Amino acid sequence: MSTLAADFAHLPAVWKRRHLLDLESLSADEITCILDAAAAFKAATNDCRTKLSVLSGKTLANLFFENSTRTRNSFSLAAKRLGADTVEFSSSGSSVAKGETFIDTAKNIEAMNVDAVVIRHRTPGTPHLLAKNLRCTVISASDGPHEHPTQGLLDIMTIRERRPNLAGLTVALVGDIAHSRTARSNIWGLTKLGAKVILCGPATLVSRRWEEFGIEVAYNLDDILPRCDVLNLLRIQFERQHTRPFPSVREYALLYAMNRERMARAKDNILIMAPGPINRGVEITPDVADGPHSVILEQVTNGIAVRMAVLWLTLNAND
Amino acid sequence: MTNLLIEHGKIAAYDVLPRGDEKIIDATGKIVAPGLVDISAELREPGCEEDETIETGTAAAIAGGYTSIACMPETEPPIDTPAAVEFVRQKAARAKNCNVFVIACVSKDREGKELAEIGSLVEAGAVGFSDGSRPVQNAELLRRALEYCLMFDKPILNHPEVLELARGGVMHEGRTSMVLGLAGLPAEAEDVMTSRDIRLAESTGGRLHLSNISTTGSVDLIRRVKQRGVNLTCSIASANIALLDESLREFDAHCKLSPPLRSRGHLESCLTGLKDGTIDVIASGHTPRASEKKMQDIDLAPFGMVSLETTLSLVITHLIRPGHLDWPAALAKLSTNPARLLGLPKGTLAIGADADVVIVDPDAKWTVDPKQFKSKSSSTPLVGKELCGRVEKVIVGGEVRF
Repeated sequence: MSTLAADFAHLPAVWKRRHLLDLESLSADEITCILDAAAAFKAATNDCRTKLSVLSGKTLANLFFENSTRTRNSFSLAAKRLGADTVEFSSSGSSVAKGETFIDTAKNIEAMNVDAVVIRHRTPGTPHLLAKNLRCTVISASDGPHEHPTQGLLDIMTIRERRPNLAGLTVALVGDIAHSRTARSNIWGLTKLGAKVILCGPATLVSRRWEEFGIEVAYNLDDILPRCDVLNLLRIQFERQHTRPFPSVREYALLYAMNRERMARAKDNILIMAPGPINRGVEITPDVADGPHSVILEQVTNGIAVRMAVLWLTLNAND
Repeated sequence: MTNLLIEHGKIAAYDVLPRGDEKIIDATGKIVAPGLVDISAELREPGCEEDETIETGTAAAIAGGYTSIACMPETEPPIDTPAAVEFVRQKAARAKNCNVFVIACVSKDREGKELAEIGSLVEAGAVGFSDGSRPVQNAELLRRALEYCLMFDKPILNHPEVLELARGGVMHEGRTSMVLGLAGLPAEAEDVMTSRDIRLAESTGGRLHLSNISTTGSVDLIRRVKQRGVNLTCSIASANIALLDESLREFDAHCKLSPPLRSRGHLESCLTGLKDGTIDVIASGHTPRASEKKMQDIDLAPFGMVSLETTLSLVITHLIRPGHLDWPAALAKLSTNPARLLGLPKGTLAIGADADVVIVDPDAKWTVDPKQFKSKSSSTPLVGKELCGRVEKVIVGGEVRF
């Protein structure tokens, strides 16, 4: 799959970016470039287990203004696997609680001479704002409901490992589209690579306006299920709602949960994905989450590979 | 060629020959107009002096061609007592920039619960009533206020917005907010309240001014109700004649405004409303907020921009030059109409009127640089934009102030 030299000495010619802020602004070639590099790193590190030294001497700061275990550890591991050092900042332990603006916080961290800042923040656009205000590389680890670019990339990498040709595949994103950063990154990444995207969920959480982008919008999961090659089951973001967008979790599960009965009506080779953390019994029943079609844990491993690729590409474009 | 004589602070005569002892201002090739009148500027004093003071705000007004402004009770405490009205008037007199008229609170402490002492506030000099950025949500209270104000012939200025539909929003809800994942302020949050307010104005016969409308729905509703002869006026903020919600693509908190920058369809409806007379007034929408507040992330940053110094140029650039409005129509919306609906003896160059005059070079181009602003705040979505038309001279009561 990859044409990268095993020593990762040269950046692919298509890659020029110092930051990764979203997938919307990337070209299909740039996305493919990251996915190819991720596959190469995964192979070169024995499935993200062994270490390389391509980023030795570099320092990465994890700047998380929102709670995270998975993504933060994934970035840390990716950096360490490539020989970089990491520094950890979280909102509870820093001066953010004392009223400092997040730009000031980030500038202070940059002044400690870090090479890259990985930022997670509850507000859309904060990575973009940082990229304008800092000299170092900025990588988004999600900005509120806007985008989660490395999640989108790891989802697509996971699909691509099973279905090398994305063009013509039908991928349904199911659930809380309105508040999902994973949805937005998947929408841009998948459509740029030629896949067909269906957004499916309650009308209060899926806007018909997505049809303006040539994306199918469906309210009824059972109608679209037989056509889907991949289902990505998004978590309901209860914490981002003022009033509940549906009457009860029970009713949501009735309409949208992937369970044994629905699996029986799906394609034989359907892939079941979830960005996690999953709510077992809400969007997915345990038998499906742990079943043979589920690639949920592969997604987690691929997250490290994708983040190694992103760090390597952006930090070297920086030089 | 016309001569205009100003004497004893009044417009004295036209087309008289100089006697030789006058100060002569040569305005050849320039526009000489009645000084602009703003219907709803925020001066932030008392209480929020980090954003603006009466002195800096009125200096900004003069620099922007305004000779009179009405200031909103967007202060801490809000202007809901005669003493607070008096404080603003005295500070303004001491600053000696432009004339300042006070819009006082509709409700005590702007809480939307009980009427403020409207009669005493009129006595102290209030020219209109508004709860500013906290529109009156309680329909019964607004109905009472409209009725009560009939006794004093003063307008109520209400910005139509249903809070439960707008809660948490930072930008116009539409295609752009959907892609950016930013919480939306839907057009219907405005339309629903516009509709309610119109009904209350119609049934009470009270004087209602809908402040800062921005949607197709509002323009259509107001056009229809005006055709029925209902006594109702409305204004649009200067940013909403020129900028679109797409400006938020860069997540720039300087573009976070209330009402929000809307999509193209809404902007075009507003332009039509300006042309056919549905929209009576172009307000500056001057809502200064300190730069440290605007530096926060876009969810936390407050709504607002400084605009007293850019409104006239924005009108020239986006309405007059493209042919949407001619100079007389534009000046009516910037000066004559706001003066009339606040009951001020301003907005005219008739003989005997106060000599409040602005002289404008309509062709001068300039680039917006907030460092040059007189305002204490600098937040504007217009940074670096080239605009047409500059204020050359401003005369207040016969005195050259700029």
